[in-house]
Amino acid sequence: MCLAIPAKVVSVQGNVAKVDFGGGIIREVDVSLVEVKTDDYVLVHAGYAIQVLSKEEAEETLRLWSEILEAGEKLERKDLR
Amino acid sequence: MFEPLKFRDPTLAKRIVEKIHEVAPKRDTVKICHVCGTHEWTITHYGLRSLLPQNVEVIAGPGCPVCVTPASEIDEAVQLALKGVVVTCFGDVLRVPGSEKSLLDAKAEGADVRVVYSALDAVKMAEKEPNKEFAFFAIGFETTAPSTAIEILRKPPKNLSFLVSHRLIPPAMELLLGIGDIHIDGFIAPGHVSTIIGLKAYEIFPKAYNIPTVVAGFEPLDVLFAIYMILKQINDRKARLENEYTRAVTYEGNVKAQHMMREVFEVVSGNWRGLGKLPNSALKLHSEYANYDARERFNIKVEHGKDLLPGCQCHLVLTGKIKPSECPLFMRACTPQHPKGACMVSMEGTCRIWAHVARKVD
Repeated sequence: MCLAIPAKVVSVQGNVAKVDFGGGIIREVDVSLVEVKTDDYVLVHAGYAIQVLSKEEAEETLRLWSEILEAGEKLERKDLR
Repeated sequence: MFEPLKFRDPTLAKRIVEKIHEVAPKRDTVKICHVCGTHEWTITHYGLRSLLPQNVEVIAGPGCPVCVTPASEIDEAVQLALKGVVVTCFGDVLRVPGSEKSLLDAKAEGADVRVVYSALDAVKMAEKEPNKEFAFFAIGFETTAPSTAIEILRKPPKNLSFLVSHRLIPPAMELLLGIGDIHIDGFIAPGHVSTIIGLKAYEIFPKAYNIPTVVAGFEPLDVLFAIYMILKQINDRKARLENEYTRAVTYEGNVKAQHMMREVFEVVSGNWRGLGKLPNSALKLHSEYANYDARERFNIKVEHGKDLLPGCQCHLVLTGKIKPSECPLFMRACTPQHPKGACMVSMEGTCRIWAHVARKVD
């Protein structure tokens, strides 16, 4: 039940925002738990946005993963020599 | 931004799995526990268990709020419905067995039970029909509790009350550590609960219990990476609290939501299905909001219910002691069509998730 779906904020009016879940699904959600503006990404749980998603952090995670994996590979190559 | 495909990239997954095999202890068995139905779904749906070394086991804890709601509280909702109150609830609550009846059984007997998507839907329904009494069956962990708090703070219509059955995750994790015969080596903490309570809520696990704890997201790579991070901590022999899900979870969490929850609820002990009473694990409306408490308004209080039907092993599944397939009822007497135990009802229930896969394999 703690399922939360990411969506993009299309417009904000007071405590309510129109958000785009992708695939043409646009819904109104309550945003009183978060500070949002148009084009932000939010996590929506049972009709309420519970957190703003950080684009920078998402990119950082992917970068970090690649880095850790590559570092491992470099190390392995060095070991082989 | 989401590029979910990147978070499901098979090449990257393959490399993470290689790293997992590298850092995993060679002989000792490692038991990693998650406490979230959505994690179980990711792990089972993507077959992640089959990618792990044989001695690394991932078990599911009590991470499904519908499954842990005790029969006594389902009984309370059924009583309300049979008294003529319109009971509104989330869809996956409808078929959860009470001591004698589920809410769906009550509905079949003529009670007015309605499925809603959110607490706000219940408010709107009550506003529309002011001559009827409505109750919202508020089930859920910390992810869901803030939405109940918001609606109560907004002063809902007088004909709406709340049957609050919210539960808290960290006390359940502590319970698992106290069970002698499980022995957990690491926790994957639930990402969406953590968006609200923050990383800080789990400090106690590495500090007091020396258990590696990693908050993780819900893409397959998120889970694999969390497993890698835990194994690495075990390898380093140093338990830490780490955040894999930085794109959604901060150290402090959603402070506004925490504030609203504190404003509306007090933390009390609560029953968990088949597990008994856990201290400081449930939420109750503060006395100043008691007029919105359905239990007070309609004078209902069920102390004890029948949590488990004969043969049902939900309590063992919920604590990760057995796999669903080890329950004698699984896919025999207990199926998604005719669930005997709560874990077979919700899409987040471990048995329900396994049933889906079992059918595919057949």
